[in-house]
Amino acid sequence: MPGFLASIHYGAWVLPALLGIPLAGAALIRFVGRTALPGQELQAAPWREVRVLAFTTFAVEAVVALGLWWYVGPATGGYVARIDLPWIQDWGARFTIGVDGISAVMILLTCLLMPLAVAGSWQVVTTKIRSYYSLLLVLTSGVIGVFVSLDLLLFYVFWELMLIPMYFIIGIWGGKERLRASLRYFLVTMVGSLLMLVAIILAWQASGGTTFGLESLQRSSALLSLDLTYQRWLFAAFFLAFAIKAAVFPFHTWLPDAQHEAPTTTAVALSVKVGAYGVVRFAVPLFPGAAMDDGVRAIVLGLAVVGIVYGALVALVQPDFKKLVSYSSISHVGFIILGLFALTETSVQGALLVMVNTGITSAAMMCILGMLHERRKTGMIANFGGIARVVPMLAAMLTLIAMSGIGLPGTNGFVGEFLVLLGAFREFPVTALLAATGVVLGAIYALWAIQRVIFNPLSNPENLKMKDLNRRELAVLSAFAVAILWIGVWPKPMLDRLSGPSQRFVLQVEQGARATAAFEAATP
Amino acid sequence: MTDAAHPLAGTAAELIWLVPFLPFLGFIINGLLSLTSAWLPGPLDPSEDPTAGHSGHTGEFASVQMTHHGHRHRWERVVTILGPAVVIVSFLISAAIAWAMIRTGADTPFVQTYGTWMPAGDLKVEWAFQVDRLSMVMVLIITGIGSLIHLFSVGYMREDPGYPRYFAYLNLFIVFMLALVLGANYPVMFVGWEGVGLCSYLLIGFWFSDQANADAGKKAFIVNRIGDFGFLIAMFLMWSHVGALDFAGVEAKAALLPVGGTMITAICLFLFLGCAGKSAQMPLYIWLPDAMAGPTPVSALIHAATMVTAGVYLIARSSFLFALSPVASLTVVIVGGITAFFAATIGLKQWDIKKVLAYSTISQLGYMFVGVGAGAFTAGVFHLVTHAFFKALLFLGAGSVIHAMHEAYHAGHAHHDDAQDMRNMGGLRKAMPFTWIFMWIATLAIAGIPPFSGFFSKDEILGTVFARAHDSPLANATWLGIPGSVILNTFYVLGLVTALLTAIYMTRMMLYTFHGPNRSDPKATPHLHEAPWIMTGPLAVLAALSLVGGWLNIPALIAEHVPIGTPEILHRWLEPVVGKATAAIAGEGHLAASTEETLILVAIAVAVTGILSAIIFLKPARLTRAAAAPAERGFAWVLANKYFVDEFFNKGLVQPLIRVSRAVLWRGIDVGLIDGLMVNGSATLARGIAWMGARAQSGLVGNYAWAIVLGVLVLVGMMTVR
Repeated sequence: MPGFLASIHYGAWVLPALLGIPLAGAALIRFVGRTALPGQELQAAPWREVRVLAFTTFAVEAVVALGLWWYVGPATGGYVARIDLPWIQDWGARFTIGVDGISAVMILLTCLLMPLAVAGSWQVVTTKIRSYYSLLLVLTSGVIGVFVSLDLLLFYVFWELMLIPMYFIIGIWGGKERLRASLRYFLVTMVGSLLMLVAIILAWQASGGTTFGLESLQRSSALLSLDLTYQRWLFAAFFLAFAIKAAVFPFHTWLPDAQHEAPTTTAVALSVKVGAYGVVRFAVPLFPGAAMDDGVRAIVLGLAVVGIVYGALVALVQPDFKKLVSYSSISHVGFIILGLFALTETSVQGALLVMVNTGITSAAMMCILGMLHERRKTGMIANFGGIARVVPMLAAMLTLIAMSGIGLPGTNGFVGEFLVLLGAFREFPVTALLAATGVVLGAIYALWAIQRVIFNPLSNPENLKMKDLNRRELAVLSAFAVAILWIGVWPKPMLDRLSGPSQRFVLQVEQGARATAAFEAATP
Repeated sequence: MTDAAHPLAGTAAELIWLVPFLPFLGFIINGLLSLTSAWLPGPLDPSEDPTAGHSGHTGEFASVQMTHHGHRHRWERVVTILGPAVVIVSFLISAAIAWAMIRTGADTPFVQTYGTWMPAGDLKVEWAFQVDRLSMVMVLIITGIGSLIHLFSVGYMREDPGYPRYFAYLNLFIVFMLALVLGANYPVMFVGWEGVGLCSYLLIGFWFSDQANADAGKKAFIVNRIGDFGFLIAMFLMWSHVGALDFAGVEAKAALLPVGGTMITAICLFLFLGCAGKSAQMPLYIWLPDAMAGPTPVSALIHAATMVTAGVYLIARSSFLFALSPVASLTVVIVGGITAFFAATIGLKQWDIKKVLAYSTISQLGYMFVGVGAGAFTAGVFHLVTHAFFKALLFLGAGSVIHAMHEAYHAGHAHHDDAQDMRNMGGLRKAMPFTWIFMWIATLAIAGIPPFSGFFSKDEILGTVFARAHDSPLANATWLGIPGSVILNTFYVLGLVTALLTAIYMTRMMLYTFHGPNRSDPKATPHLHEAPWIMTGPLAVLAALSLVGGWLNIPALIAEHVPIGTPEILHRWLEPVVGKATAAIAGEGHLAASTEETLILVAIAVAVTGILSAIIFLKPARLTRAAAAPAERGFAWVLANKYFVDEFFNKGLVQPLIRVSRAVLWRGIDVGLIDGLMVNGSATLARGIAWMGARAQSGLVGNYAWAIVLGVLVLVGMMTVR
């Protein structure tokens, strides 16, 4: 496979292709399907072409992305598939993109999830279909852009590109409370990203105003030698933007709302992984001295643990299944943050794996809940009960996905949480011990929820008419099931790809923190 | 990957992977078959009232709710062959491996590595199985008794439309249980540890339409998870303070640590928290009585013979750690001893035949922990083995009785009383003579009457506790200031009292079920009959094992006087695994032959007293049917309600947790504080933008979207062109 990739010069074109394919698809959609005259309702059938085109675009994107798995193998160090072009020369901003193990895995995850999510909620959206799918495609480009950017300004552009389509999607195609949810999503994330923009500019200025390049800024002694208090403020601005996006407690309240209102496909894309990626790629490496400062670290680790427990407890009492899943994501984010800030190789690798896992598991959950919603037009747990009798396949899948969510060994969830806790325990035993209580609380909310949905008496006559999974749905959920079990039983290929970047992350952050401390000590 | 120099290399032991793999295949096939149709309720399903079912519901609702006796699954024949066959073949392979071990005399672990599971940082966890003398004892029990129970299940569950699903779960349980005992490191063991919990959850709630069953399954899983939390923390501690997670590595490195160190004690105590969850010890025993909601063969396999003994196995497996911590070992003795006594008292007053057996299981597990806690690892494992024989027999016997009761109610068109309440039984010995005899054998075994198996194993535990109380490192240690010798002496006496109670409540169960007059509905009585051979057959095998199981480990003292066989077979078999740890805990203390003789005589006297007093004081003829029974009063009321422990947990822990989460965390902090103050506060500022959002609703939005797409394309185009 690597030989084949080399022969087609894969590295030279893969990243522009990944950025371009969704945009091209979005543009093409304009010319497919019949156009409705104003005030005229169209039947669903003519829109099939639009759906097929969107799905095909996502599928092509996934196939192209798949090469990254071999292209960025276990042995890869640093960024590959780089493209570095001048952009805004007066400011020193460049169009720099590249991938390492972390971003490759994230891109792969995104590109594989999107076609599944589209297939899994094939007919959920019935109005303004072309706009919907083109916005979804643009959104995907934005997400990919976030994962490949190695220039802060470029990163910021993609970051915003990701926000805006999401705002429209929730606001237009969302549920009953869509307007409130979209507005709130927009405001909260906008506040974060504006703060980040200020911090980007300040960092640029501090380093001499010549570059936005991540790698040069990271090595720049100008940044490392900044006054620690000042560094803390810059770090706080970055961290806040990412913490909001990642739904870290207490910046999480937008997520349950947004995920609840968003159409299934978008709820999948709303995953927390982008924010967590920002933390590991930008916030911490740029300001290692601030991030590893005892006070800052104590606050962040505290938020992580509180988030784990708090998310699980609030999930417990949610009457709506989708919101329960959102709160469980909030709980899982705590594990990511804990793993990253505990800063051991094992815990960082675990944290990266938890990022992948929450992507997979919450996407699978959102898909299956979308399927339930399509059948019963409700997501309230109390409206179900005993449906395993009538929809055994759906029940079996729901159980498997829930098991992955609560980290049953043999599923992906276990490996990630285990590595985070094991790694963190060495450095912060009490913190890790408290975080491990999330294991028990997770079991409580997940089992209680699935009991009330698939077990108990089948007392609601409405539920009797439910149809079990059709082939399309079965195929989508089976793909998720394979991913869940594969990472659970054989995570080695994935961990191998994450090991180099985690090693570098730990090393750089430790060195950077030492450098800042040295500067601090030298300053009278 | 194999160690070529090992004596077991090239023998059947290389096939160890097949042992769990075959049941796994069974799980896959049975599981897929179960998904081919809706999951209808079965005849034993308590969620349905079959007498009402035929006329009560109408229309579409009835098509799902209706239950028919004899509504077999369409793949019933395939499942009947496949379900038990995979486990039987696994048993045959295990037997071949055991034979290879005997033949070669291999006394070191034979580790088979199949690949790296979790490589992260300096951590490397392998997928590895360890074949050694301890794990093979467990594998033989799991596959052997597992085979018998699979066969019994054919008779018990065949009429249930959920038949393939049942066997899928049961096969999967065998897979995880094997992983638990074969794992060569703690994480792989943990896979099995939680996996059996999952299967237990699924099987307890097998008849899930009854909320009580679904609740019981959930409770089992959650309480087990509290224990698993301990197991996890123990692993973290091991990793950060010992520096290994595989058994060989931990054993080698732990030996360098000081005896009685805080870290070792912490590791052992957290491990024991795991044991308390899985093996239903105080205070985490509360799930096991509820677990009786599952089909009775499940109770026999999972909640008596195998899964619940995993904690005992874990301590025997970690004997090298517990030998280093007298405090942790004494804790195990204390918790085990109290649990044994406490559960036995509750067992005295239960009416549900399965509940009696459930509390009896908790109590017997307590005994095993007293054994392994006192450093008598062999005795603990010995009792585990004999208990697997006689308790599986008791549960299957109870299953046979319940099955007969159900069928009789149905055949006689009688009112469906509680088929598990002993007050509705009585006099069943005439209808079910085989079941009656077999269950008496098991009762005599558990009561500790020689020469039945339970006598030998229980006596060995009590004898060791007595011996340890005098001049052993354990006796010389202190536990919260109390000398170890005092603790051991106390628990020796409490063990004897528990043995007395055991004999009483077991005899009570036998008397009420099989003796005296029959109290069933008169319409049902003539229809009571013995179970088919596929159910009595496994009972007969288990009865034989309960009878002769004690021969596995005859005390040297008895073998000297009575030439009945080779003494201490199991003791010598396990010597390479637990010998060093046993020696470290035992010290120099040794019992004189005369003392040992006295102890044996006392134990026998206690058992006989218990049985006789039950026969003399209990009058089955005076019982009334459950429906007409008077309410319990005084201490009997407290016992019948199990000391209100469940109520305490529910009102004191579960309900407050839910209320606080809802009122304070969600409504208070999330909705009130964060949303109300922080987010909505800024929303006031955003009213203006909201107005814009409303505009966006008016249909212009498509254009907005296009503007974005266009803008991006232009931007990207500009960048690539430059």
